[in-house]
Amino acid sequence: MSTRELTCIGCPLGCAVTVTLENGDVTAVAGNTCPRGDAYARKEVTNPTRIVTSTVRVKGGVVAMTNVKTASDIPKDKIFDCVEALRDVVVTAPVTIGDVILPDAAGTGVAIVAARNVAALSEAQQQ
Amino acid sequence: MKQYDLVIVGGGPAGLAAAVSAKDSGIDSILIIERDRELGGILNQCIHNGFGLHTFKEELTGPEYASRFIDQVMERGIAYKLNTMVMDISPEKKVTAMNREDGMFEIDAKAVILAMGCRERSRGALNIPGYRPAGIYSAGTAQRLVNMEGYMPGREVVILGSGDIGLIMARRMTLEGAKVKVVAELMPYSGGLKRNIVQCLDDFGIPLKLSHTVVDIEGKERVEAVTIAEVGADRRPIPGTEERYTCDTLLLSCGLIPENELSKSAGVSINPITSGPVVNDSLETSIPGIFACGNVLHVHDLVDYVSQEASSAGKNAAAYIKNGAPADAKTVEIHPVDGVRYTVPKYIRPSEMDDNLTVRFRVGDVYKNCCIATYFDDALISRRKRPVMAPGEMEQVILSKAKLSEYPDLSKITIRIEEGE
Repeated sequence: MSTRELTCIGCPLGCAVTVTLENGDVTAVAGNTCPRGDAYARKEVTNPTRIVTSTVRVKGGVVAMTNVKTASDIPKDKIFDCVEALRDVVVTAPVTIGDVILPDAAGTGVAIVAARNVAALSEAQQQ
Repeated sequence: MKQYDLVIVGGGPAGLAAAVSAKDSGIDSILIIERDRELGGILNQCIHNGFGLHTFKEELTGPEYASRFIDQVMERGIAYKLNTMVMDISPEKKVTAMNREDGMFEIDAKAVILAMGCRERSRGALNIPGYRPAGIYSAGTAQRLVNMEGYMPGREVVILGSGDIGLIMARRMTLEGAKVKVVAELMPYSGGLKRNIVQCLDDFGIPLKLSHTVVDIEGKERVEAVTIAEVGADRRPIPGTEERYTCDTLLLSCGLIPENELSKSAGVSINPITSGPVVNDSLETSIPGIFACGNVLHVHDLVDYVSQEASSAGKNAAAYIKNGAPADAKTVEIHPVDGVRYTVPKYIRPSEMDDNLTVRFRVGDVYKNCCIATYFDDALISRRKRPVMAPGEMEQVILSKAKLSEYPDLSKITIRIEEGE
C-alpha cells in the first residue's frame, strides 16, 4: 500500500487530497471537499492532464493577440508540443470565442479554440 | 453638467457585475467609466483558465469570464465610456473625468461605485538594492506584454515574490521558451494559491525558495544577474547564503495594493490594513452614496467573489438611489483579533443588512487545525474548524440577521482564530 499527497487543482480552493494506492489501483481518496476532488486525484495518479492556454497573433484585429485554449484537458506530457504547434499560427480577425484554431492539438485529438473575442479593424482604422 | 443616477468607476469584473446588478434592481441611468481601450479590466490579460467555477460551474479563461459579463452589460444597454480617466470624485458625488473626444467633463451622480481595482507593488516600494537597468518588470506588466501585446520581456528570468501573477507568469514565460531559474519568496510561505504552485512551478520543475529575497541586481543597460539570499526570522538577509543567478529579466510579484487615490481625494475613510475603504454591510463607504467593491476594497483571490461582492454593491447602490439613506440605524463594529487581520465589511447595521451577510477576511499567518470563532459580545456564536489557513487565501464568516436579532443590545462582534477543535 502506498499514499500520494496531492493538491487538488479542480478549483482555486486547492484542497489537500491523500490518495491510497494498492498495486497501482486507487483504493481510497481523502481530504477532498467535492466530487471533482475525487475525480482529479484518481486521474492525477494514473493519467495526469491539463488544460493548456496560450496566445496566437491576429491579423487585422483591434488588438494584436487573441488567446486560445485546448477544448478539453490533454495529457500533461503534451503541453510543450501543444504550445509549439501554436507558435507560428496567425489568425485573421474577427475572432469569436469557440472558433477552432487548430483541429487537433499535437496529436491529442483535442481541438484548440479561441478564448477571446477580437473585432476586426474597420477600414478607417486600418488606414 | 451631465447627470446619471449611478456612475461606476472602472469597467473590470467589479464594475461590470455592479452595473448589471444595479440595472436589474431598477436603475436605468448608469454610466461605467473605463480608462483602458476595452471593458474587462485585468481579466483581459489573464489568459489562464480556472475563472468562474463558482459562478458558471465551468473553468473559463479571464477573457471568457469577462465576456460573459460584458455580454450582460450590452444586453441591458448600459452606457460606458472607454479610454476615459476619472480625475476626481467630490464628496457631493460630482465626478470629473477626461478623454480625447470629450475633453474634461463633469457628471453629477446620485450614487458612485468605486471599482478601480488594484495595482502591483513596484520596485521602488520594495527597496531592492543594486543598479537600475532595463529588464525589471512587475509580473502584471510582463503578463500584459506577453498575452496582449505579443512581446517577450526576456529569456532568462528570476522572479521575486510568489504572488499568483508571478506564479502564472513563471509558467507562461516557460511555455513561450524562457528559462525561469528560480522564484524567491521573502516569507516562509507562498502568497499564491496552492494549485498555482502545483501547476505553474512543480509541473515545470521551477524551484520555489521560501525565506529568500533579492539582495543585488547587476547590469548597467540590461539586467545581467540577480543575487538572492536567505533571510532570517527578522526577514533580513543572512550573510554567506548569497546565490548569484545570471538572467536578463527580474519579475516582481510582491503584492497588490488597492488603488484608492480617487477615494482618498473624495474623503472616504481608508482602512490601513487593506488600503481600501472602510465599508458597512451595504459596502457603502464613510460617504453616503459612495460604495466600493472588488480589489479596490480589498484584494481578492477569486474573481467569483469579486462578482458576488460587486453584485451586492450594485443592488445596494440602487436601493440608495431609490430610497435615499436609511434613517439612523444601530451600527455594530466587527473586531478582527487573534490572527484575523481585518474584515470586510467592518460595520454592520442589523436592521438594514441582508438575511445572510458574508464577512470576508484574511489571516496574518499560516494556521493549522484551528477554528474561526465568532462572538456577539462575549457569547460564542459559531466555531468552524479549518484544517489550514494562510494569508494567501481569503476566509469568510456568514452572519445571520435572525441570529443578530436575538441580541438587541449587542455592542460588538469579534472574529478570532482559536486553537483546537
